[in-house]
Amino acid sequence: MKASVIVFPGSNCDRDAAVALEAATGQAPAMVWHGDSEIPASDLIVLPGGFSYGDYLRSGAMAAHSPVMREVVARARTGTPVLGICNGFQILTEAGLLPGVLMRNATLKFICRDVLLRVERNDTAYTSRYARGEVVRFPIAHKDGSYFADDATLDRLEGEGRVAFRYCNATGEVTQAANPNGSRHNIAGIYNETGTVLGLMPHPERLADPALGGTDGANMFLSLAETLH
Amino acid sequence: MKARITITLKPGVLDPQGKAIAGALHALGFGAVGNVRQGKYIEVEVAESDPSRARAEIERMCEQLLANTIIENYAYELEAA
Repeated sequence: MKASVIVFPGSNCDRDAAVALEAATGQAPAMVWHGDSEIPASDLIVLPGGFSYGDYLRSGAMAAHSPVMREVVARARTGTPVLGICNGFQILTEAGLLPGVLMRNATLKFICRDVLLRVERNDTAYTSRYARGEVVRFPIAHKDGSYFADDATLDRLEGEGRVAFRYCNATGEVTQAANPNGSRHNIAGIYNETGTVLGLMPHPERLADPALGGTDGANMFLSLAETLH
Repeated sequence: MKARITITLKPGVLDPQGKAIAGALHALGFGAVGNVRQGKYIEVEVAESDPSRARAEIERMCEQLLANTIIENYAYELEAA
């Protein structure tokens, strides 16, 4: 599997993503600078976490209009899988590839800790190695991670099974107490209509190696490696 | 011309920052304070002397970048720069 990681000014999880991808695929991804208008032929494009453009105006708003994003949007529209993690999720919503918006956390605080997520689907390229309903532990590190969409959009997402991950407790129950940031419906990640674009606030790449304290995130990259080889 | 653009959260969209500001105002003794909503104010100078063309440009800027119209409304006033 050939992957490309887009690097924006202010990205800070691009190398973590590259390490996790290489561990899963045996192949180092191409690192593509935001000012480039071309992306090499890729089976997967990753928008990494970080603080692109210093989160000016709104998180992800500037990056969504950087030159490389025109090509990312074009590739996504023709079916290339695009994974947006944290700031990458914010960029995907600002670019219109995913609905809704990531707003300031309800607590107003930057939250940096592990959370539990329920895997809602395991029939996509991202989650084939997980069980449906499995509870996994991923870290979050964000201040603007409260997922908001209007009722009609939420109904559509729920009806079409497009919620990828939800914040939950240890037994997989989706509770208010398990919701770290005020996201509607405890949403931690969503898919586009075809299940090829995934945006999520938690960081699978940060728990993808035993040396990091956990490997729950590795299965996402192994799923991709198996599905997109 | 110069545009003075105000961006506000749509009614019904939660505004935890506005809530925190209201709480702080209450703590300072401003007991009459009710609901508080926080927004953004942006000034943009445009090299355009025709008001209707300037308005069209400003509206495109707001739609494409300055506001996220999923959660925000925008309003603006134009003046000669």
